[in-house]
Amino acid sequence: MYREIFNITLLQNTIRTATPLILAALGGLLTSHTGILNIGMEGMILLGAFFGVAGSYFFESYLMGILFAVASGIIIGLIFALFVIRLKSDEFIVGIAINMFAGGLTMFLLRSIFGVKGAFSSPRIQPLPDISISFLENIPVLNVLLNDHSLFVYVSWILVIAIYIFLYKTPYGLWFRAAGEFPEALDTVGISSNRIKFISSILCGIFCGFAGVHLSLGYLTLFTENMSANRGFIALAAIIFGAANPLMTYVAALIFGFFDALGIRLQGVGIPSQFTQMFPYIVTVLVLILVVKRERDKKRAHQARQKGLDKSQIKAADNLAK
Amino acid sequence: MGESIIKLVGITKVFPGVVANDNVNLEIREGEIHAIVGENGAGKSTLMKIIYGLYQPTDGQIYIRGRLTNVTNPQVAIKNGIGMVHQHFMLVPSFTAAENLVLGSEPQKNGLFMDFDKAVKITKELSEKYGLYVDPYQKVEDLSVGIQQRIEILKVLYRGADILILDEPTAVLTPQESQELFAIMRRLVEDMGKTIIIITHKLQEVLEVSHRVSVMRRGKLVGTMDTRDATEQILAEMMVGKEVVFEKFHANQNIGEKLLEVRDLVVRDNRGFIAVDGVSFSIAAGEILGVAGVEGNGQTELVEALTGLRKLEEGSIFVKGRDMAKGSPSDFRRMGIAHIPEDRLKTGLAPEASVNENLMMGYQHKKPYEGLGMKLNKKAISQKTAQLIRQFDIRTPSGQTRVKSLSGGNMQKLVVAREFSFDSPILIIAQPTRGLDVGAIEFIHRLIIDMRDAGRAILLVSADLDEIFRLSDRIVTIYEGKLTGEFRTADVTKQEIGLYMTGKNLSTAG
Repeated sequence: MYREIFNITLLQNTIRTATPLILAALGGLLTSHTGILNIGMEGMILLGAFFGVAGSYFFESYLMGILFAVASGIIIGLIFALFVIRLKSDEFIVGIAINMFAGGLTMFLLRSIFGVKGAFSSPRIQPLPDISISFLENIPVLNVLLNDHSLFVYVSWILVIAIYIFLYKTPYGLWFRAAGEFPEALDTVGISSNRIKFISSILCGIFCGFAGVHLSLGYLTLFTENMSANRGFIALAAIIFGAANPLMTYVAALIFGFFDALGIRLQGVGIPSQFTQMFPYIVTVLVLILVVKRERDKKRAHQARQKGLDKSQIKAADNLAK
Repeated sequence: MGESIIKLVGITKVFPGVVANDNVNLEIREGEIHAIVGENGAGKSTLMKIIYGLYQPTDGQIYIRGRLTNVTNPQVAIKNGIGMVHQHFMLVPSFTAAENLVLGSEPQKNGLFMDFDKAVKITKELSEKYGLYVDPYQKVEDLSVGIQQRIEILKVLYRGADILILDEPTAVLTPQESQELFAIMRRLVEDMGKTIIIITHKLQEVLEVSHRVSVMRRGKLVGTMDTRDATEQILAEMMVGKEVVFEKFHANQNIGEKLLEVRDLVVRDNRGFIAVDGVSFSIAAGEILGVAGVEGNGQTELVEALTGLRKLEEGSIFVKGRDMAKGSPSDFRRMGIAHIPEDRLKTGLAPEASVNENLMMGYQHKKPYEGLGMKLNKKAISQKTAQLIRQFDIRTPSGQTRVKSLSGGNMQKLVVAREFSFDSPILIIAQPTRGLDVGAIEFIHRLIIDMRDAGRAILLVSADLDEIFRLSDRIVTIYEGKLTGEFRTADVTKQEIGLYMTGKNLSTAG
């Protein structure tokens, strides 16, 4: 039985289930670097999934599906930024509002455009293509693991690297990180920190759109109500676990993806699905406990350092006074 | 010394309800260190922010190198070679020194990537050139404030500034670091041909480092003079002014027993520095002790310690003979200490709550306001609040009105009404009339005197020397956390107090 569950296919599935998580998480980590906690990723993914299907259905083209999903991401990212940055609303409330809005809107449009409840599928919907890399075909393990995945699996790998370089190797990445940590530093050298935050919100919308379209056109070829299934929140956990570093966050997404995939396979051997579906959430909670501990240790170390600093300065002052 | 590099003509800045700068004419010459001194709220920082483009003047013109310039934002200032080192450093804590230095004007390679090696090289070169040594690789959060300030100065120089504005640069430095800073300033001016404007309220520093000095008081420029013609006396006099606006109150002859005694009090500020350093005094019933000092010399921490809001490092506080060293704020209240905090909106009031609720806060659990079963006795409360609103002349549409919609004067009357009317024998009063108009000031001053005559022991902390002189029976001066002098109000002049509160020590007083 172990052989049936723990084999190379499980790892292959892990990569598939981790992909929507990492795509959304990459967007969310950009806003988290600019100082915004985006709770609304869940809704942004759902919108991407819906409009991806709609675009693909109406134009019978997966490219139009991607385009629609990206457009919906830009618009919802703009709305989020407008409320959080310009109108200074609470980012938590705006995020929740976006999630509720996305749930309601997709349900409404599903009925009014496609005339169905619950789920919509059609042969007209063009799925995202799988990509075959010819030189991998002769390598036994890597072929199963890395080859013939859906388009956005490869896109996500490229993006992880690209965003890592962007954040840590380019001036704009420096601005992103400064905007979150100490916006005044940026404002006083003549770069608007709010503008940076706006850009990060829109990018987050686009990446969540990618995650959505991957779900509805890559992972499956249909749209179901609430098909984002809390992936936005798990992506958020991955960001926190990965300390908003793209590489670490991808590792975190793989861990969550692994337990997701494991849960699905365990259903196959008769373990109740209600039980296996808890897996990713239990792992999330455990991981967050570790994160809290890590953050606390870091804070303590920093405080200790500061204290030493102050003490030495006070000593210097005292010596001078004598 | 060269010719005029910045010239301000008739600069006026009006904020809602306050004139921060009133027709200021000022000339900065090329290659000088120009000190601008004045008490807090005199309008120094506002003036500098206007030069740097952070504020727009309501009226007046700015000439930079003889050219009329409209400094609409900091970019215009930077383009014109003006750089500002802010009092609170604008550095990203998790970035390295080099990253902070180049932030916003990063060296690049291949048109896209940031050139970190070049940033380090720039930092080293600038360090070398100006003698401001910093380790380019260290993170700012691990650096002392003195080094952080160097990075700020380098940041400004990297952007090509030849006019540097330093906003209270020594406020955060140790004496040793201050000396280093002065050496750097001299080098920048003498060897590099820079021009420096330094804002400060420490007079020794002015005499030590500047070529010329301008004094501001209540938004107006009182005068500019060559530093070699200036003395601490002259500057202190210009800073605090001579006119007495209000008539004096008669002194109280009826001094009772000691109610509050403080011995060798040591308190640290939020950063862990010693803010109150071995302070001792006592106050008797029927007496007002005034604490005179430039703001930021430990007054805030002293008041917080005396009301239980800040923990003591050393020393003791006796209230009616009882040691309160470990007391909580509510213990202090229970022992009869009332507190008028310096920031009425932040600590004195709950702006979103109603006038009535604010009037009862802290006393709502007392009889008869708390009825049976922890239920508020609405009738007793509304009677009390109605009486307080009438008695203290709080102008409000009703008791249900939210406090945030009241004017500053009425807010303060509300705080005073609450703190003065529940029979607390000891009153700790900080900045009671800041930002109020003349009528409200007079009203509150009379109330404070009435409280004194009723036998309360009062500590009055104020940045306004006129106020200290008008109300206090005795005055202590505080400078860098230490008491530098104690006087009977009748035996001392404002000019003398001005000297002591800017750092003249008892030992050198003669």
